[in-house]
Formats: sequence, C-alpha cells, structure tokens
Amino acid sequence: MTSATTVTRPPATGAATAKARRRRLTAGRVVLYVFVTLTALAWLFPVVWALLNSFRDYAYTSVHGYVSLGGFTFQNYLNAWEQGEFTRHFLNSMIITVPAVLLTLFLASCVAFVVARFSFRFNLALLGLFTAANLLPQQALLVPLFRAYRSIPLPLWMSDSGQLLDSYWGLILVNVAFQTGFCTFVLSNYMKALPHEMYEAARVDGAGIPTQFFRITLPLCRPALAALATLQVTWIYNEFFWATVLMQSGDKFPITSSLNNLRGQFFTDYNLLSAGSILVAIPVLVVFFVLQKQFVAGLTLGATKG
Amino acid sequence: MTDLPTVPAAPAEVAAPRRRGGRVRVTGTDRIFLALMVIIPTVMVIGWVWLPAIASVVLSFARWSGIGGLDTIQWIGTENYKNVFTNYPPFAPALRHNLIWLVFLFVLPTLFGIFLAVLLDRELRGTRFYQTAFFLPVVLSLALIGFIWQLIYSRDQGVLNAVLGTQIDWYGDSKWNLWAVLVAASWRHAGYIMLLYLAGLKGVDPSLREAAAVDGASQVRTFFSVVLPVMRPINIIVIVVTVIESLRAFDIVWVINKGTNGLELISTLVTANVVGEASRIGFGSALATIMLVISLVFITIFLSTVMRRAQR
Repeated sequence: MTSATTVTRPPATGAATAKARRRRLTAGRVVLYVFVTLTALAWLFPVVWALLNSFRDYAYTSVHGYVSLGGFTFQNYLNAWEQGEFTRHFLNSMIITVPAVLLTLFLASCVAFVVARFSFRFNLALLGLFTAANLLPQQALLVPLFRAYRSIPLPLWMSDSGQLLDSYWGLILVNVAFQTGFCTFVLSNYMKALPHEMYEAARVDGAGIPTQFFRITLPLCRPALAALATLQVTWIYNEFFWATVLMQSGDKFPITSSLNNLRGQFFTDYNLLSAGSILVAIPVLVVFFVLQKQFVAGLTLGATKG
Repeated sequence: MTDLPTVPAAPAEVAAPRRRGGRVRVTGTDRIFLALMVIIPTVMVIGWVWLPAIASVVLSFARWSGIGGLDTIQWIGTENYKNVFTNYPPFAPALRHNLIWLVFLFVLPTLFGIFLAVLLDRELRGTRFYQTAFFLPVVLSLALIGFIWQLIYSRDQGVLNAVLGTQIDWYGDSKWNLWAVLVAASWRHAGYIMLLYLAGLKGVDPSLREAAAVDGASQVRTFFSVVLPVMRPINIIVIVVTVIESLRAFDIVWVINKGTNGLELISTLVTANVVGEASRIGFGSALATIMLVISLVFITIFLSTVMRRAQR
C-alpha cells in the first residue's frame, strides 16, 4: 500500500529540517497553531452539536433552551429508529450496497487487467470511455433511463413492481455502471506497476489467462481493492439521487434517500432529528475512524505509479 | 453519489520504469475469456451511461409525454431549446444559482482547502487531529449534511439565530437560503480539496524548496513561484472537480425543498420535469443536454490532464 500511495520524503534531509523547524517555536508558529486549532474545532461543531442534542429530552430543551445542561436521555434514538423505520431502510442500504460494490470491483478488475496487460490501440479510448462515464452529471441521463426502466419488465420473483423501475436490481445496476469507471482507472494504474516477469513465469508453467487473473493479479491487488471497497461502500451508501428517482415505494428506499421522507416526521422535534442524523451517519463514521487510511488511500491511489 | 471521484496525480519524484513487454500471444479459450472481460463491463457502461446520454440529446428535439410507444414521438426541432431560454421562468434563476454555486465554491472552500493543505503540510504537531477534523464531513452525504445543518439554521431552535439574535428561517427565506446551503456544502468541499491538495504537496520534491530557501526566497514566494507551478496537474484537477461538483449539486437542495423557492438548480429542474406529475420528456431532455454539454467540456480537460500523467 505504502509504495502505491504517497511518495515519502527522502529521510535524511527531510527529518533534519523537520527537527530544526520543530524546535523553533516562533510567534508565527503560535499564531498558526491557534488558527488551525480554532478552525478544526469550528469544523467539528456541527457534528458535535448534533451528537449532543441527540441525547437530550425535547421537553427539557424547549423549556430551558439549547444552551443549558440536563435533560439527558437515550429515548430519541429509540423513537427515531422506530418512527423512521430504520431497520427496514438500513437493510435496504445493505441489499443495494454490498452486491453493487462487489460487482463494481469485479467488473473494474476485469477491464483493468486487460487494459494494463495488453497493449491494444484502443486501450486509452476504452479507459476514457469508462472514466468519463463516472463524471457525467446523473441528471443528464435521467430522462431516457427513467423511461427505459419503466418499460423493461422483470419477473415478479425479482421485483414485486414487475419492472426495472422500483426494483433493487435497477438501482444496483445503475450504481455499478457509474462507479466502474473510477475503479477501472485506479486499478489499471495499479496493475501496470505489477512486475511483468511473474506473468512470463506463469505462462511458461502453462497458466492460462483465467489462472493469471484469479491467482496472480487479484491477490496482488488486494491493497488497492481494499481501499476501493472502502471508498465505494461509502459512496454507494451515500448515494441519493438514483435511489430517490428510481425507487417509487417508500419501504424500498435505502437509508440516505429515506431522509427525504423523514424530514416531515422529524421536523418539529430537533432532538429527534439529531438522533436520526447520527444514526444515518454511524456507518460512514465507523468507516471514517476505522478505515480512514484505506479511504484516503483510495482517493489518492494510482497517483504515483503509471 | 455526490462525490466526484478523482485520482490526484501527485507529482512523482521517480517515474515508474516503463515495462511493456513484447507481444503476448493469446490463443483459444484465453481469447474468449479476455473478450468477455472487456465486453461485459463495456456493454454495461455504454448501455447505462453513454446510450442514455445520447438519447437525452436526441429526445431534446422531440415532444413526447413518455406514455405510449416510440411512434408517438413528435419531432419539433429546436423548439424545446427556444422554450427553455425564452418561456421558462425558473431557468434563468437556476442558471444563476449554478454559477453562484461555482464562484462561491471556488472562492471560499476551494481556496480555503488549499490554504489548509499548505498549513498542514508544514509538519505541525497533531496533524492527525487537524486532518481528521477537516476531513470528517467528506464521508457524509450532502443529503445528510442538509439535515444536520438544519439544527443550525432552524428559525426557532437553530444555533445561528440564537447567536445572532435574529429570527431568520435560513433554509426557507429565499433571500438567504442559497447562501446558507452554500456554507453547508462548503463545509464538506473544503475538506475534500484539502485532502486532494495535501496528497499533491507531499509529492513535491523537497529539494526544490530547499534550493529556493538557499536562494533566499521567502516561504510565500517559494509557494507561489516554485510549488504552485509544479502542482499544475493538481491545480487543474481541483478546478475541474469544483466545476463538476457545482454542476452536479442536487442532493442538499432536494432534501431541503426539492429545489424550489430560491434553491432552483438545473439538476433539480431536469428531475422535476421528468419524475413530477407533468412528465415533459423533450423539455427535460433539452435541459439535460445543456448540462451534458457544459460538463463534457470540463470532463475532456480533466481526462486529458489525468491521462497524460497516466501515460508517462
């Protein structure tokens, strides 16, 4: 992972100057520390504020105001969970996110393998086709896609709506199509940097393309795949637009787009709103604190090789 | 999917040695396997992304309710575009809001994110804490951010009114709501830009700065005349990211009021025209095509920057 993410400074001179700089605590540096610390605290405020209020009783804060102490309770979480039907919506998020991420990574690995390994003339065009697809505004595709989804029938055992619209399948596929581009680009850069000789050796041993792909390339790409998986789980979990327009029945919305409906219910009680927000944020916050390195690596991966 | 994923190409100190071996012979089943590996994903991306994009352009010249088959489509030339520009009151505000969005994102959070990255690059103690704080909003969806900031912007119970002693409905009052939303969106954007830029700065060859210091250049001077030019690819990426983010802005205004009453954006107009009660397919497509054209210009700039680096 380290080799593929950031270029570290040459140790000798870098460490020496760092130490020299660290020793001098000038007035300028004090100002710098104060500024950065205050900004960082201000940055954390909205989340901390939501967290704080989520544990407070509405009856208490509406009497004493928010700048007060007391009235702490856990009840908001229970209420928010129940009123927002969080069990249902979290489950929907999982039904959509897990297959979408797995399929995206698999398809992206396939294309990246071919692009990295074989030098066809259209390789660059292929890569461009995939990467650009990821950057288009979703609304630019909405009209035909929405119409097509409505007229593509699915058997009832796949979708109780009988069509691609308002089905998990449709939502998973659109997420996969959109995310494959980015993953392909990152993975192809990563694969290009793998030592070529291994493939030669494998070929001499009589290994075909499937063996090379599954036994050599994929295991070697584990760090890149882990980083991308982290990133993709966050993005697809956070995906709002497609779920909002392609899902029709309320009980099928994944958690992020169910916020749209929750707003009316939580509108009057801001402590309930806070608790609901924190609940929705928990999965990505866990990713953030536990897998931060993976997340950052995913964003900056493929940077220095290629 | 509010994020604009990018691959920031950090200026590499050592370019990886090129190693494209000689021709690889592929035969029989391997050939079929390889073909499938490319064809299946390509069909998906073309079918779900590129064909709909082309269809948007084609349908923008049509009048169609969307009910009934393709034979009920009437071709009406550029009339939809004429209507968009002359006969559709929300279009001008939406375009203006998108432009304000772009300028605001660029002037405040983008520059501030770069500034933060430069500060954090200076080996501060506790960098991890600072990075964590600025980076935290990046993992939240903009829809959720719209929700969380409601606690700050609410008229009766919000922090902002309590601090300022005002009675403003920050999300509801069309005089203020665009700016309120922009501040909330900036909260996330600044962290994102900081992250991209910091990765770039870490890749700048330190000997460049040392040489500048030996020559007696101040730190500010060094940044503007040495570091900034070296960071050219990242700068382009950051600019394109900001443009595309402001064009794709949707989630936060949709969750607040579905993009009405001062929060109109081109993206919300397209959506409202298609999924709303009056499904105006041709008209919605014309709006979508305008978005498509603007975005393709910047996507081309982005790709040519990124690909050139990837090719090295």
